[in-house]
Amino acid sequence: MVERTPILNILTHLILITGLVMLLVPLWIVFVASTHDFRTVNTVPMPLWPGNRMIENYTLAWNQGGFGPKMLNSFIVAVGVTAGKIAIAAISAYSIVYFKYRFRSLFFWLIFVTLMLPLEVRIVPTYAVAANVLRPYQELLDASGLGALLSTLMGIKVSLPEWSMLNSYTGLILPLIATATGTFLYRQFYLTVPDELAEAAKMDGAGPLRFFWDVLLPLSRTNMAALATIMFVYSWNQYLWPLLIITDIANYGTAVMQLQRIVPGPLFGEPPRWHIAMAGTLMVMTPPLLVVIFMQRWFVRGLVQTDK
Amino acid sequence: MAQIDIRNVSKSYGKTQVVHGVDIAIADGEFVVILGPSGCGKSTLLRMIAGLEEISGGTVSIGGEVVNDREPRERGCAMVFQNYALYPHMSVAENIGYGLKVAGVPKQARQARVEAVARTVGLDTFLDRKPGQLSGGQRQRVAMARAMIKEPKVFLFDEPLSNLDAKLRVQMRIEIRKLHQRLKATSVFVTHDQVEAMTLADRLVIMNKGVIEQIGAPKDVYDRPASVFVAGFIGAPGLNLLDATIGADGLTLSLADGQRLPVDPARHPALKPGPVTVGIRAEALTIRPAAAGPHAGLRASFDFTEELGVGQHIHAEISGQPLIIHVDGRHPYRPGSALLLDVPPQELQLFDQETGLRIQETDVLTCIDEAA
Amino acid sequence: MTGKRVTFAGTWLAALLIAPQLLLVFTFFYWPAGEALYWSFTLEPPFGGENQWVGWQNFKTVFDDPLYWNSVRISITFALASTALAMGMALLLALFVDRQLPGHKAYRFVYFWPYAVAAPAVGLAFRFIFAPDAGFVSALNQWYPGLWNPARDGIDAVILITLANAWSMIAYNFIFFLAGLQSIPRSLTEAAAMDGSGVLRRMADIQFPLLAPTFFFLVVINLTDSFVNSFGIVDITTAGGPARATDLMVYKIYSDGFKGKDYSLAAAQSLVLMLLVVSLTFIQFRFVERRVHYS
Repeated sequence: MVERTPILNILTHLILITGLVMLLVPLWIVFVASTHDFRTVNTVPMPLWPGNRMIENYTLAWNQGGFGPKMLNSFIVAVGVTAGKIAIAAISAYSIVYFKYRFRSLFFWLIFVTLMLPLEVRIVPTYAVAANVLRPYQELLDASGLGALLSTLMGIKVSLPEWSMLNSYTGLILPLIATATGTFLYRQFYLTVPDELAEAAKMDGAGPLRFFWDVLLPLSRTNMAALATIMFVYSWNQYLWPLLIITDIANYGTAVMQLQRIVPGPLFGEPPRWHIAMAGTLMVMTPPLLVVIFMQRWFVRGLVQTDK
Repeated sequence: MAQIDIRNVSKSYGKTQVVHGVDIAIADGEFVVILGPSGCGKSTLLRMIAGLEEISGGTVSIGGEVVNDREPRERGCAMVFQNYALYPHMSVAENIGYGLKVAGVPKQARQARVEAVARTVGLDTFLDRKPGQLSGGQRQRVAMARAMIKEPKVFLFDEPLSNLDAKLRVQMRIEIRKLHQRLKATSVFVTHDQVEAMTLADRLVIMNKGVIEQIGAPKDVYDRPASVFVAGFIGAPGLNLLDATIGADGLTLSLADGQRLPVDPARHPALKPGPVTVGIRAEALTIRPAAAGPHAGLRASFDFTEELGVGQHIHAEISGQPLIIHVDGRHPYRPGSALLLDVPPQELQLFDQETGLRIQETDVLTCIDEAA
Repeated sequence: MTGKRVTFAGTWLAALLIAPQLLLVFTFFYWPAGEALYWSFTLEPPFGGENQWVGWQNFKTVFDDPLYWNSVRISITFALASTALAMGMALLLALFVDRQLPGHKAYRFVYFWPYAVAAPAVGLAFRFIFAPDAGFVSALNQWYPGLWNPARDGIDAVILITLANAWSMIAYNFIFFLAGLQSIPRSLTEAAAMDGSGVLRRMADIQFPLLAPTFFFLVVINLTDSFVNSFGIVDITTAGGPARATDLMVYKIYSDGFKGKDYSLAAAQSLVLMLLVVSLTFIQFRFVERRVHYS
């Protein structure tokens, strides 16, 4: 469009640059602070240009915060949750879309409605379940009378073993795997796949699993990438859940949890070592930031398509 | 041997029935085209043969065996889909060979066969491309090759040419015909394009609203449509259809405006008086020069001309009903001017107004026709 | 319509494919939600044994507690303020990025970044930037000593977590506003331009009204998010303080449940929050439905 609006164009750039500054300044300050020594970082006003203590600070933060194993744990959890979510979304949506049975709409809604039950509103009981995962099933057995029936018939008391997920990777991963958004995204994708492809596969002699593996999954690569980026960021950034179920921080602590332990301040009776804290913060935020920066196309697509 | 026997086959979705008890017997090696307007049930019928659609009633047998409960892969059919249904993430070679891969054919044997088939359809230089990089015609060929490689007993085509442009469609039509001559596999081809149907078919099946209107060789269907529906559907343009009444003598037809036409008593010796639909081909009508003597034909008024290149279609009105006349040369008529038409009585085809069915002629003339 | 016209046979296979997700959903969502319901109407006797039915008593305790209402008031203020800030900012940026002047891609590229930063990391960064005696904003205190101190002053603390939350939500809103703007057919803005409407006029008359569905959708998402996902920011930045000035509903559930070990009170509060989320989601569905009708 031919439009001569020089003043407005300058204004546009001004607004956009202001936005840029507002969004980047916090990250910049974190970076600058992480490159100065203790004294400089605590001067008021603080310098706005990086200092020369970067390597020392980061080494110290890495070692003191134990970020090596913590990052590894975070990585294991993020990859596990992401892979699990994609797998489970792909197969449950496949069941709902490509098979005809009575309860499929009900099942879809059961999965979809979990959007309204975020972890934060059910933390206490979810924690209780994680402490003994089979308890719901034991109680169902008892309440339905099935347990009693079995015990009279077979003369044994049916009691499921106690299975605690506290302080384990399973506990960090499994409860986060159910995914309404992922299932929704995959369902939408399947609905756009032309019916003729399934028919051609049938004519080619492929059964349902073969069709899923050879045709649908490869076709869904774009969706997979989109889903993977948002889910990786989501699971790397988990904070409340690991905080609850991990007490064995040495072995199972995640990087984001570790932020709580590097908060400086009088609360912890130590000097405000902000330079170390900021170095730690930057390290923790880097992996998801890299994902967003390098996979931007996919992650924007994933977000917009799921409509949450 | 792969004759297909369709006996009393019906299909309903819930309470709506879309195919009503259809019978067709297709001989081994025959090329049958099922023709009809959209929604007539022709694709559903084809998909029931393929096993993509459950059969609600009746039986489909292929090679003498009832296949109602067999899965598509167990029926020995291959299908070419309307939008080709190529797997977008697989290369041409993988698309063609996928059926063999599923069947567990080892890689080397598979490759050899893929190459052989690709060569016959002229795709051997495109094997590594993805479907997205091909033109419409090339995709069509991939779809054909994918069907051919299975060496099926039966080829099923579901409007495979409808997404191509006119020129390519003619070319592919010829190739399909050649292919059939070479492979001699039983083929069922569904289309709504009557030119395609006429040129391809050994036999035509014309369907409307879930029932078969007529089965026959293209020429027979064109010459002797079995119903008003077929008469209007086959031919470009379709048969001119006029409402008329048979007089008490059973020998004259009168139109609503009082014009009269004689009936050929040799062909229709015993007509019952009453309303009737008269059909006549646009090519059977001739326009008589105004100067010619006393007039015994029909009087129509000129509307407009459709230029065909090889001739013209004159659109006219007679007794309040539209009429098309095919002429060879060029005729400069003015709108509203009167046309005098010659109507040979032996060209008249009559249809019962109530049932829409053809009133059969006595065999005399058909015998003569065939002798000639 | 949930399914396809073309389907496969095999009910057992279908069941097998959906079973894992159903098991997870039952174990970690529906059972705990049911348990929260149960706990909120019962009390655990001090010396063990079966929970006892106490009717609305837990809710009464919660609602009679001025600290709870304090928490509700703060949560609502926090949610409304950070939603308004984040959405306003994101809308402004999206409208101007969508002008597609040279360099718009670079701006867009960077505007996405904050989405990647974990809430507690945002909290820690903002805690430093807004610290009273170090960092960036402390310069204020050199001019007016004691003007800014989120560790002492409740209002300052609320401002701090609101800013942190708004900052972390801008990217998400920006993405959706931009997608919304890009889905408006160019021909509409071109037609408006032919009608003599200028850039700002078009934003107000064409683009903003057509963004209405996205706008309402985002309002609901932002509010829900502020009510529910703010734990990370509060925990690191202020830990609910000073003097409960930032004791958001989520944070209170956490501290009552895990620090105070009062499951029943925590469950009753959870249920209230759940109700809030459900009603917000219902409102969203109404708008989603409206959106379908418009198109």
